Order: sequence, then structure tokens, then C-alpha cells
Amino acid sequence: MKTAEELLSELQKALPGVQVSLVLNPSPSAQHALLVAAADALRVAFYLRDEAGYDYCSNATGVDWLDREVAEKVRTTRTVKKDVDGVEQEVEETIEQTVKRMESGYLEAVYHLYSMKMGPTDPHLPMVLRMRTENRTDRTELPSLTPVWRSAEFQEREIFDLYGIVFRGHRDLRRLLMWDEFEDHPMRRDYVDPDDYEYEPTPHDEVLKRAEAHRAAQGGAQ
Amino acid sequence: MSTSAIRSYLPPVIEVDAENELLEVAMGPHHPSTHGVFRMDVALDGERVVRLKPVFGYLHRNHEKIAEKTTYLASMPYTDRLDYFCSMTNNWAYALAVEKLAGLEVPERAEYIRVITAELTRIQNHASAIGFLMQEMGASGTPLMYAFREREKILDLFEELSGSRMMCNYMRFGGCRVDLPEGWLDRVSRLVAELPRFVDEMEALLTGNEILMARAQGVGVLKPDLAVNAGVTGVMLRATGVNYDVRKVDHYGIYDRFAFRVPLGDHGDIYDRYMLRVLEMRESIRILEQALPQIPAGPILDPKSKPRGFRPKPGEAYGRIEAPKGELGFYLISDGSGNPYRYRVRPPSLINLTILEDMCLGQNVADVVLIFGSVDIVLGEVDR
Repeated sequence: MKTAEELLSELQKALPGVQVSLVLNPSPSAQHALLVAAADALRVAFYLRDEAGYDYCSNATGVDWLDREVAEKVRTTRTVKKDVDGVEQEVEETIEQTVKRMESGYLEAVYHLYSMKMGPTDPHLPMVLRMRTENRTDRTELPSLTPVWRSAEFQEREIFDLYGIVFRGHRDLRRLLMWDEFEDHPMRRDYVDPDDYEYEPTPHDEVLKRAEAHRAAQGGAQ
Repeated sequence: MSTSAIRSYLPPVIEVDAENELLEVAMGPHHPSTHGVFRMDVALDGERVVRLKPVFGYLHRNHEKIAEKTTYLASMPYTDRLDYFCSMTNNWAYALAVEKLAGLEVPERAEYIRVITAELTRIQNHASAIGFLMQEMGASGTPLMYAFREREKILDLFEELSGSRMMCNYMRFGGCRVDLPEGWLDRVSRLVAELPRFVDEMEALLTGNEILMARAQGVGVLKPDLAVNAGVTGVMLRATGVNYDVRKVDHYGIYDRFAFRVPLGDHGDIYDRYMLRVLEMRESIRILEQALPQIPAGPILDPKSKPRGFRPKPGEAYGRIEAPKGELGFYLISDGSGNPYRYRVRPPSLINLTILEDMCLGQNVADVVLIFGSVDIVLGEVDR
């Protein structure tokens, strides 16, 4: 069983110019991931299936990463005029500042791959493949990996439904769990659920209005 | 990347005479054969199925969102409601994923209890699945009631152990919730000694049955390469002849210690699925016969496991087990807080339905009910 690092160097050798990087996982499970650029994803996926032996895509899911504020400590050196022993001198001074910047969020599609060819002897570990969208609002397209692993068919529909990632090349991209008229993506972190899920306009007011008009026409008689 | 390789995993397009008018039927959401609320929009040419679109979501309650808004432990009882036939295996899969995430160890006694409860779960699930399949085939009552008679005995044992028949909520991160009640193991042993007779009885009734053979053999055939590509797992996959059982390949728990075989089919039809369920029940009985005398005394919970204030370090983990319906996985991302940042259930029932259309195309509409029944799904897990 290859580790993610070995697979990364193998990929870079076999598919030159492909944009893949390693995402380390600090938890005890140590399931490291390969982050692949959307443009190269299909090429990498076909390689993983046909050459590296990952013929089985177990799990496909979405993750929502919000815009977040990152605090970084920045050291700057500058020259200051300072009074040293009664003589004015130019002294270099280093100050540490905490700079806050916004890191823009993105949506992520995560695939867990296994190999069924490998037989029942080795302990099987998942190969984690990730793709990221450019942002969370208007550029949320990713290539569909359903042509590579059909098991992603319903799962990508579910990600589209609940996270709003649009999978290009999916043969039937419709909502899976929510109804077709539903507009938001409920699994997003900033989703606010309405207080009146069950609200549907009822014809009561219209009916009342018509009834009143009818009564008026009848000369006010009940 | 050839286009022919892409096409081969898609359902075939059925040719229809241009003169024929298609009849569109909505099977479900309240069709008795759908085991809950599930709809198949079927287009028929005469009796032949030319198109089938499954429609999901009638039981959707966004289990994953609820889990992300609460603590890790508070989702444990909720996992019972996924596949409500197999709450023990659902608990185990979730506990396994959290144990990988937080690096918890499971004491030996708890591992044995997990194996015993999981294999009992498998037996009652497979027995009921066969019973429901026969019900749909028109064998009203008898096989299902045979199966439920045995299931009752197993559920009584679960109730004694956990306080609840179906919603067991029994496992914890790093072990189990309570130790075994007095005499429980003897009662399980007595039941396990009787179970082979039940399986024999079920087989005498069904295996050589002419109606079952006529209706199940060669119907709903699934090819192994499509099954692998479509992520089909469990009995459905092994009926096509692919040797893949997570108990054997992942070595999770203590399954290494038991001698058991992985039954394989070679036709991938409904009959093979039925036969595999019978054989898997026999193998589960074998595992139970080995596990029951071996179970050691000792603690049942990892001392590092904390019921309150449980905050795993940032990171992620994917844990999976061989649940009776297929590979049940949980994917968790921790951001260091008390709630999971991402909580994902990999539902075998939903993913096994990916190829429902492929299996049904060109078949009689009456066989759709059987093919669907042979997949063995629970809607609580499909829709989550």
C-alpha cells in the first residue's frame, strides 16, 4: 500500500505538470490527502483508477470552509532615530506586529478511494482526494468524477444539493434529497433555517375577499 | 481516458418502437414494496421497463447537520435511527471513526462484546431481509414470520443488554456503555446453539423452492466490474463474485482472531443474493460460536475516553465497517471544539441503489419489486 507521499511523487513523475499537493492530517488516523487542481482532476482520477489500482470510490462528500480571519505575527525592522547616551543615533529596531488578514473560504469535495483488486491480505487505507472551488459564492464549479467512479453519481448529486458545488460533466445533476423548488444549500455552515419550514400560502385571504365582495353584491345580507 | 471506458459504466439505453406509447408509473412513495417512503418513476413499454429513476428525500431530516450542531457523543443515539434494523453496527461504525480521530484504544472485552452484538445484528438483518424478499415474491407471511420469530429472540437479548430493542445506543468511544448482565452470555450461547436449526428450516422452506428459483435466478443480474465501479458493497457485491469484505480487508476490531469464510456468488442475480445471506448467517453463527467462550473479563471502556468535555485534536478520520447492508463509513473532521466540524455518513443503502436502474432495464415490471427487495435497504439510512 502506497502512502500519500509516495503516490504524490509517482503522480508527478507519470503526469508531468499536474498540480497536486499534499494535505497533512495531524490526527492519529494520519489519513493524509492529495489536493488536486480542478483542471487536472479528471486526469489524476483516471490515473488513480487505471494505473494506481484505486478502482473503488467509497465515499464522496463536501466540506464548507468559511472565510476566516488569520492572525499572523510579522516582524518588521526599521531604522529609528534614538537618543543614545545623549547623542542622537540611527538605531535598527525590530517590532513584532500581529497582522490580521481574511482568508477567503471555499467549498471542498472529498473522495475516499480504496482498491478492491489488492485482495484481502493488506490492511487497506483510504486514499483521500480533495478538490477545492475558487470561492463559496459564484465560482463553485468542479469537474465531476462520476465518469471515473460511478459510485460518485448520487453522492455528487447530494453535494450539489446540500453544498451547492456544481459538478461539470455529471450526467444528471439534480437535487437528491431536498425538493426541486428548494433554493438554498442547507449543509453550508452559514445556512440559517427558516422559522416556518411548513409555510405555504393558503387561499384563506382570497376566499374571504371574494366572500365579502359577494355579500356586498347581495346588499349586505348575511 | 477513452470515451468507451466511460460509457461502459452507464445504464444501457433501451430501444423502443417509435409507435409504442410509454406508460409512466410512479411506484411509491407509499408502495408496500418500498419498505418506507421511496419512489421509482418507471417508464414501461408494455410490461418491459425502459426507464427507471429513483426519487429520494421523503425521509430526509439532515442528520449530518444535526450532528454538526451537537457534541460527538450526542450523535450516538441518533446513529441508531439511520438503519434502524442494525443499530449496533451503526454505533460501532461511528465509534470506530471517533476512535481513529482521537486515537482511543478499545479494551479486549469490549471488542468481544462488539463482535457478538454485530454478528447477532447481521443474523437478524439477513433473516428479515430474506423474509421481506419472500413477502414481495408473494409468499405472504410464513418466511417473514419465521425470520421475525428469531429476530424477536435477538432483540430481547439486546433489550436486556442496552435497555432498548432497536435503538440500542450501546457503544461508546473506546468501548461500550454497560457491562453484560448476569447470565447474558449463557442465554446468547443457548440461542446460538439453536440458530443453525432455524437456518436449516429456512433453507428447507426456500432454497430448493421452485417458485423462488423461477423468479430469482437470472433476474436482476449485476456484473462485477460495474458493481466495483459503482461502489456497491456488502452482499450485493459479493454475489457478483468480488471477494471484498471489510471485516477481512481492514482487520478492524478483532475479526482476525476468528475463522470464517466470505461466501461468494457467481451469477450476481437475486438468487445468489438470497443464498449469500443464508451462508453469511451460517458464518456469523460460526464467529459467535468462537467468540462466546473466549470473551475475557476486564474493563469495557478506555480510561482515556471522556463522556463529558470530549474535544479531539484538529484533524480528520474516515472509519468504516462491514455493516449487514454493506460498507458503512463515517467521515469526521474536528476543528478542536466539542462538536464535529464535518460529520458524514457513507450510507451503503443509498450507494447500492446507484445501479438499480441498470439492473431493472429490460426486465418485467413485476421483477422490479424483487430486484429492489434484493438490494436490502432501509430508508432511514438512504435519506438520513
